Amino acid sequence: MDANLIVFIIMAVVAVGSALGMLLNRNAVYSALFLILNFATMAVFYIILGGPFIAMTQVTVYAGAIMVLFLFVIMLLGAEELAGGRVKIDWQKPAAVVLGLLLMAELFVVVFFRETVFGEAAELTEFGTPQQIGLTLFNDYLLPFEITAFLLLAAMIGAIVIARRVRQKPGKQETEER
Amino acid sequence: MSETTGMILEWSIKAAVVTVICLIGFAYTTYYERRFLARIQVRIGPNRAGPWGLLQPVADGVKLIFKEELIPQKAYKFAFMLAPILTMMPAIIVMGVVPWGTEVQMFGRTVELGISNDLNVGILYILSVTSIAVYGIVLAGWSSNNKYAMLGGLRSTAQMISYELALGLSFLPPIMLAGSMSLADIVRGQQDLAWYFIPLLPTAIVFFIAVLAEVNRSPFDMPEAEQELVAGYHTEYSGMKFALFFMGEYVKMFSMSAVFSTLFLGGFAGPWVDQLPWLGPIYLLLKIIFCLGLMIWIRATLPRFRYDRLMGFGWKVLLPFALINIVLTALIITLFGL
Repeated sequence: MDANLIVFIIMAVVAVGSALGMLLNRNAVYSALFLILNFATMAVFYIILGGPFIAMTQVTVYAGAIMVLFLFVIMLLGAEELAGGRVKIDWQKPAAVVLGLLLMAELFVVVFFRETVFGEAAELTEFGTPQQIGLTLFNDYLLPFEITAFLLLAAMIGAIVIARRVRQKPGKQETEER
Repeated sequence: MSETTGMILEWSIKAAVVTVICLIGFAYTTYYERRFLARIQVRIGPNRAGPWGLLQPVADGVKLIFKEELIPQKAYKFAFMLAPILTMMPAIIVMGVVPWGTEVQMFGRTVELGISNDLNVGILYILSVTSIAVYGIVLAGWSSNNKYAMLGGLRSTAQMISYELALGLSFLPPIMLAGSMSLADIVRGQQDLAWYFIPLLPTAIVFFIAVLAEVNRSPFDMPEAEQELVAGYHTEYSGMKFALFFMGEYVKMFSMSAVFSTLFLGGFAGPWVDQLPWLGPIYLLLKIIFCLGLMIWIRATLPRFRYDRLMGFGWKVLLPFALINIVLTALIITLFGL
């Protein structure tokens, strides 16, 4: 059997298992841990598909930076355990069933009626080295890249402004240095 | 034996060897630290177990194995067990991309010294591993269900996230000079030009400071500030689990020293390394010992930062400085046409 296939099957089991574990666990910290595991297995999938750059970015950004913030917030708020057993929202169950069925139908259509989708992905073996990604980003997609950068900068400045306003309450002598 | 089986066997053996080197490195880093620290403070240090106290790490290890292990009743058991392992693992697997030398002939095949020297995302690999290294400490702090441990864990999260930025940005100048993210290429680039700490001295300094913060070494050892937090995130740990945290910290020192040596001190390069490839690991080891010595010296010299100063320093001094370094490096490259 192909080595890639063996790795894929093992990782697929881990990915599905960790996703289920994330959903079913009643402790938010363990849920977050399962999500980290899930992100890490996604990185392995990217490596199998020949994209080492995106795999490493996946681990750094999602499994590393973002999930640390998630954990940070969960711990700071002390929101590990869901209070009072199950949360009751009446419309949740029917909505979940309908949306789930919709997703299944969509997947069915994609898998059985649009076969080309799967043919093309395998051909991108040469894509994914840092050099190629850099060249593509800065030649073909320069404008979207710059726009994204600008958006992120705006968000960052916004966050700083909001954080400042809270500290400078009228009547309180706060130093500018903060 | 087929080619694939041979490759898998070769990699497994190399991984085992590197792990053993890391563990021996851990044991003797503690010895080195205690002796060197004692010299600086005009003491003698451990000198009873074996000649010059050389068996001291072994004695410590045996002691820690036989200690009673306590798990607090209100602790989250699974996370409590998981945390030391999560602290230990990233420290070792960073070594996977550090090149130990060029190629040697062994058992009738060409063996590359190092596990994955030419990985084209080597630097990114280091970054991603250091970014998940924080989980062990956070989990330890949370799962102990102890307020001091919790405070230590939260502090360390904030600290490691903040200094990771300066660390990540300091990886860029060597990449720019070498034109590659592979650590083997960066070593080759230094053989062509000069050891990168000469053209990139400011970057090397920022990198070293960020490494100190990443491995929670003094003066950035906030997560375990004894005076205010008992022992920080590992307050509730004892026996072998405590030893694993201890090991994690020292192995991290060891492997980050290896990364620093590779990026800025020429890695395994040195005189006659082309003729005798086995000199490579020896040179790298000497450079690692030099970096460890620097870390210990800093620990003996500087007092601990106050927490808000620490965050302020990371965000307001180190980060802009690292950004300026990138611009400067770009300027140097264009001016001198490197």
